[in-house]
Amino acid sequence: MLKEEWAGFKPGRWCNTSVNVRDFIQHNYTPYNGNEEFLSGPTAATTKLWEEVMELSRKEREAGGVLDMDTKIVSTITSHGPGYIDKELEQIVGLQTDKPFKRSLQPFGGIRMAQNACREYGYEVDPEVVKIFTEYRKTHNQGVFDVYTPEMRLARKSAIITGLPDAYGRGRIIGDYRRVALYGIDWLIEDKKHQLDTSLVRMTSKNIRLREELSEQLRALEDLKKLGAIYGFDISRPAANAKEAIQWLYFDSLAAVKEQNGAAMSLGRTSTFLDIYIERDLKNGVITEEQAQEYIDHFIMKLRMVRFARTPEYNALFSGDPTWVTESIGGIGIDGRHMVTRTSFRYLHTLENLGTAPEPNLTVLWSTRLPRAFKEYCAKISIKTSSIQYENDDLMRPVHGDDYAIACCVSSMRVGREMQFFGARANLAKCLLYAINGGVDERLKIQVGPKYRPVEGDYLDYDDVMSKYDDMMEWLAGLYVNTLNVIHYMHDKYAYEKVQMALHDRDVKRYFATGIAGLSVVADSLSAIKYAKVKVIRDEDGIVTDYEVEGDFPKYGNNDDRVDSIAVQLVRTFMDKIRKHHTYRDSFPTMSILTITSNVVYGKKTGNTPDGRRMGEPLAPGANPMHRRDTHGAAASLASVAKLPFRHAQDGISNTFSIVPGALGKDDTLFAGDLDLDRLLEEDP
Amino acid sequence: MKGYIHSTESFGTVDGPGIRYVVFLQGCPMRCLYCHNPDTWEFGRGEEREAADILADALRYRSFMKQGGITVTGGEPLAQIEFVTELFELAKEQGIHTCIDTSGITFHDGKNADQWDRVLAVTDLVMLDIKHIRPEVHRRLTGHDNAGILAFAAYLAGKEIPVWIRHVVVPGLTDEEEDLKELGRFLGTLSNVKALDILPYHTMGIAKYDSLGIPYPLKDTPAATTAQAMRAKRLILAGMKETRHS
Repeated sequence: MLKEEWAGFKPGRWCNTSVNVRDFIQHNYTPYNGNEEFLSGPTAATTKLWEEVMELSRKEREAGGVLDMDTKIVSTITSHGPGYIDKELEQIVGLQTDKPFKRSLQPFGGIRMAQNACREYGYEVDPEVVKIFTEYRKTHNQGVFDVYTPEMRLARKSAIITGLPDAYGRGRIIGDYRRVALYGIDWLIEDKKHQLDTSLVRMTSKNIRLREELSEQLRALEDLKKLGAIYGFDISRPAANAKEAIQWLYFDSLAAVKEQNGAAMSLGRTSTFLDIYIERDLKNGVITEEQAQEYIDHFIMKLRMVRFARTPEYNALFSGDPTWVTESIGGIGIDGRHMVTRTSFRYLHTLENLGTAPEPNLTVLWSTRLPRAFKEYCAKISIKTSSIQYENDDLMRPVHGDDYAIACCVSSMRVGREMQFFGARANLAKCLLYAINGGVDERLKIQVGPKYRPVEGDYLDYDDVMSKYDDMMEWLAGLYVNTLNVIHYMHDKYAYEKVQMALHDRDVKRYFATGIAGLSVVADSLSAIKYAKVKVIRDEDGIVTDYEVEGDFPKYGNNDDRVDSIAVQLVRTFMDKIRKHHTYRDSFPTMSILTITSNVVYGKKTGNTPDGRRMGEPLAPGANPMHRRDTHGAAASLASVAKLPFRHAQDGISNTFSIVPGALGKDDTLFAGDLDLDRLLEEDP
Repeated sequence: MKGYIHSTESFGTVDGPGIRYVVFLQGCPMRCLYCHNPDTWEFGRGEEREAADILADALRYRSFMKQGGITVTGGEPLAQIEFVTELFELAKEQGIHTCIDTSGITFHDGKNADQWDRVLAVTDLVMLDIKHIRPEVHRRLTGHDNAGILAFAAYLAGKEIPVWIRHVVVPGLTDEEEDLKELGRFLGTLSNVKALDILPYHTMGIAKYDSLGIPYPLKDTPAATTAQAMRAKRLILAGMKETRHS
């Protein structure tokens, strides 16, 4: 049954079989091979609106980082009336609360976290709310700590396992926000009801949970419809034009951030989807390019305004207050056509129209086969704004197909069909120190790990250390997975992401995402032990607290297989140990080698290491080589990272790459380039 | 055969076209006042490595080299001409673009001509750094006069080897108007010049001198500005135009 809103769209399975946004995109999108010349600058309304946002942003900074906070109204999808920046100017509307930059109150993850976040900025959560979430309504955080073992608490305290989402929202779930635009809420409710009606009725705990969750999702969809109504829109029906499609889609992601203060609240892969609507309107003469860009600008502006109430510890861990509204752009379809559209350009163009910004985290799914003009535009915008993230589509497409997106920084999942349980990371550098000290923490000087035999003698022996390290990793992997099992059980129970999961299939694939920190420190440390001589220095209690390296050793980041192979082996070994354990809800275990900022905090909590790194010095971010140890140039450094097996680090491998502009090529004003001389000579110099 | 290698760089973007694997060879007979690589001066030091090893290492970066290739620089790479010949012969077997960044100082009017013919037969591009057009100034700047270098330029033109001319603009030393025009006039006689690469003098080499305990000769010379470099480019091009149009 074709709906009138779909006029002009090519039908397919998406409209006659099941909810299938990918099928809709594949039938209807228009690849664009041209360059950026068609783009429009900001409209007067955009400029004015953005000035108002910048003014609010300035006031927020002057007020110490927070402009206003809700202390009484608990945030839900429908908790607030409409809010605007400047109603007359806004093409796309909707705010988290009733005022721009007013931070919402989200106590389901943990009431104390919410109180601390408020207190930090001079606010106090309403006593009634505190009472409700202390005496009557249990939170995720309380659930977790009811179950944690003493060992888990200790590992958390010593930070060998760290950054755990046990007091904040785990995030990293991407609802398929496109679904509401394409189908309208009512269609999705019918579909969800059908899912419930056809679910198993033998009441095992698994089936009970599923039925309860589907009912929760149904309620969330009803609430989402109400959110549209609050702003005067009827989103029970499909979006009829480009502006509506963007607005419908935005409402869905807005509902998600109203409901969840997640560590990463990513958007998905929306540009090529929306392009289909924009192309249709342009073709029908309904809108102009200027309007199309204005809608996108206003939409992106809203995504830039997402704010959460967070504690100082949280901000220290993430070096600021990121929301990781990641949007994945481009990539190649499995039929071989690239998926770059004009709207891919329009999204990147917001960095020019509104100026540079870290959010939304615009991520290009890079392939060697992307059209050249798009690649050049990406390079141009990267040089101009340093704001684009790149991910390897050629690596991920074989695993996820062509309708996956990135959550947070590197976590890939098929939109609406896969989700993940975010699991922070285990500190492998600290684990190595535990192996050397028989489970005694080098900073706290207490037994945290199992009391294995510590190393003996004055010099570290490679085989001895490796054997001890293997045992210690075995312990750490088990403890880590079990800790995460507790967290995700309780998150599902007390802070379930109902609106985001409502925009998923019923039978989703769940990834159990673990992570490691300190890869390059460990690789270099083991290399030092193997290829140089490392002398240990013990304190008065016999705990090894420092190391002296005699001689040189190969360092990770120079494309040197002697040490790179150690890094590769580490990744595989730890992942294999993770795989041995039961994971919550039969989720599929994965691992990331990722940190963008939190490596600084992890370094603070890690003692001296055998590679010569001093206590407190940052670990390298993600899979990066240690700072200044990659001495053979960028390609060698990248080649070392590229050896890490994606198969064993399927949740993503990050490499933070900085380069001074001068090292990227010649200054065009000085270099009279190849074959240009004749032309230059013709010009009057 | 083995060469004396100072270091290698896997991501060179300023020493020839595209992304290049750059080999810094150890040893240079020149002592340019503004040299920023004094650590490559001394002969007989560095790491001894086989040409085949260097090529094998370079080939590991082949996927980065779409429009790039290998560049040898230094030091003065052609002070180890046999090594460069072997490396480039191996590179050409693999279809890799080859480039020499040289001062031309070791070219002595056709001596050892076979060897020069051989290396240039496997060289796709020469980046020739002409320090100064006037012999006496050249001697003051580098310790040598420039007769061999200019002869080398003519020799390359005769062979029609593509050449990029490099010139470092040092304020007060290499930026005199008439000298730059004269350099241009000379370049105008060469048919094989494909590009002019003006390099503004910078002071980033000072730290190296300090760590080597060598007094820095240009303590009071400021770095060249972009505007100064652009002026030099205009003057050289003007000189070239004079020759070409006369």
